[in-house]
Amino acid sequence: MILASVLTTNLAILVLAGFIGFVVISKVPNTLHTPLMSGTNAIHGIVLLGGLLLIGLSGNDTFNKVILVIAIVFGTINIVGGFLVTDRMLEMFKSKPKPKPGEDRDGHGPGGGGS
Amino acid sequence: MTVPMASSFLQSESFIYVLYIIAFSLFIQGLRGLAGPTTAVRGNRIAAVGMAIAVIATLLKPDEGEWGLIALGVALGTAVGVPAARQVRMTAMPQMVALFNGVGGGAVFLIAWAEFRRTGGYSDIATYITIFSLFAAIVGSVSFWGSNIAFGKLQEIIPGRPITLGAGQQVVNGLLLVLALAGAIDIASGNHSEGIFIGVLVCAALLGNAVVLPIGGADMPVVISLLNAFTGLSAAATGVALNNPAMIVAGMIVGASGTILTNLMAVAMNRSIPAIVAGGFGGGGAVEGASGAGEHAGTVRSTTAADAAIQLAYANRVVIVPGYGMAVAQAQHAVRELTKELEDRGVEVSYAIHPVAGRMPGHMNVLLAEADVPYDQLKEMDEANPEFQRTDVSLVIGANDVTNPAAKNSPSSPIYGMPILEVSEGHSTIVIKRSMNPGFAGIENELYYDPKTTMLFGDAKTAVSEITAELAQI
Repeated sequence: MILASVLTTNLAILVLAGFIGFVVISKVPNTLHTPLMSGTNAIHGIVLLGGLLLIGLSGNDTFNKVILVIAIVFGTINIVGGFLVTDRMLEMFKSKPKPKPGEDRDGHGPGGGGS
Repeated sequence: MTVPMASSFLQSESFIYVLYIIAFSLFIQGLRGLAGPTTAVRGNRIAAVGMAIAVIATLLKPDEGEWGLIALGVALGTAVGVPAARQVRMTAMPQMVALFNGVGGGAVFLIAWAEFRRTGGYSDIATYITIFSLFAAIVGSVSFWGSNIAFGKLQEIIPGRPITLGAGQQVVNGLLLVLALAGAIDIASGNHSEGIFIGVLVCAALLGNAVVLPIGGADMPVVISLLNAFTGLSAAATGVALNNPAMIVAGMIVGASGTILTNLMAVAMNRSIPAIVAGGFGGGGAVEGASGAGEHAGTVRSTTAADAAIQLAYANRVVIVPGYGMAVAQAQHAVRELTKELEDRGVEVSYAIHPVAGRMPGHMNVLLAEADVPYDQLKEMDEANPEFQRTDVSLVIGANDVTNPAAKNSPSSPIYGMPILEVSEGHSTIVIKRSMNPGFAGIENELYYDPKTTMLFGDAKTAVSEITAELAQI
């Protein structure tokens, strides 16, 4: 009984999270797809938790500890590297000078600057 | 409040669960932020805060231990990850993402392996945990090896062209998948042999290699995106196996978003995901024979940097169409210089960005932003296309298939239906290209034979710099 309820609760979370992922992501403009891919890539670094959880449990022999330390190294690289790289990419967009707010309603074409 | 009471509250299951709920809410909020250019930086940081909370919550667990090993792992990971992320060049971003994705997949299959060993081959645990853990092991292993191959191809450690076993490829792939699944079913039905488990991992590893090796370099972004979704799904499966809500939510939203991204990229290239995974397309292989229009009767007119400079200098409006070739040649800074020179002469310059220009959707925007091209000069396809008709010179730099009018005009073309930049509508076109070799679709580009088009052969960076130099002398 109890196991079944843990499983069904987790399955419900799984399905709902899938729908949220679809809804939230489908609105992203093309321009941001690469940073988005990089950002989601960082988020699946959550697997680090798996390594952290298992290494604390009993029943790990030396070989298992080695595997889990490697898993923790991998998970950390995924998280730290992923978020930093995404941040670097996004900073490039952010640091661009924005058009002055008042000028927007003249239409955003560069206008007749030349000649 | 005594200290033991406080610590028992902090370590209580409910409190830790609440922290996980906060963490995954922040992931979702962060992803929402990533959806807009103005909120994206904050969104990424919100997600990072969520990650920190999830990690802290896990470390609070009362049965947590082995602090030395945890510290060692985190320190090593940080020592590798931070410099890698800080120093990577923007053009090398796709392979960096591939690498970070790969280590994520690696962590997933290692965790599944450790779980298998710790529980004496999944004895005395619920069958569903075994199934989710096996799923994670297979998918994680495929993702790890596939991502490494993708990294190798983009980094040009491995040749970017398809490496294929020919007709037998699909049979081999199918066989590997069946073997991995058969081993998994054997374990799930009660076999505790570690040999079988390792066999499953090896089959999945070979499968990861066998699927990605035959795929051409140009299709690699789609593959990385697909593998990104895979790693997300395997992380979610690990979350179910370990009963961890933060892992389930984080993994699943990545799985969902990765699927959408993959599909968007494939649609923009008018390719189907099964066709990409079947491989052999990115130069060479069977599909090239389908070029049909093959031997083209038209003539190509080539030009020189000096002529191109004159043509550009006396234009009122120039649209630059950057592509894969520009990214490879690292020419974005040279292009920015050229743009400045033209603007000083009163020429109106904008950039037309195809959704899949570069190596990933949005990659070109990142590269141009790095070269300080103002954001408002970048026009997306829908915005750029109506303006070609009043464009004096379109300067195509290392873009090929995304400008091919055959996608609009010739229903027999393999790329028919692919959205393109309608460069051929402009008054004249200069194409900077290394040679007449076709693009990754392996088909001729009618644009090059258009009487309004002139070709400037050479490396994108050198050619653009030469034009800028000539321009300065006019």
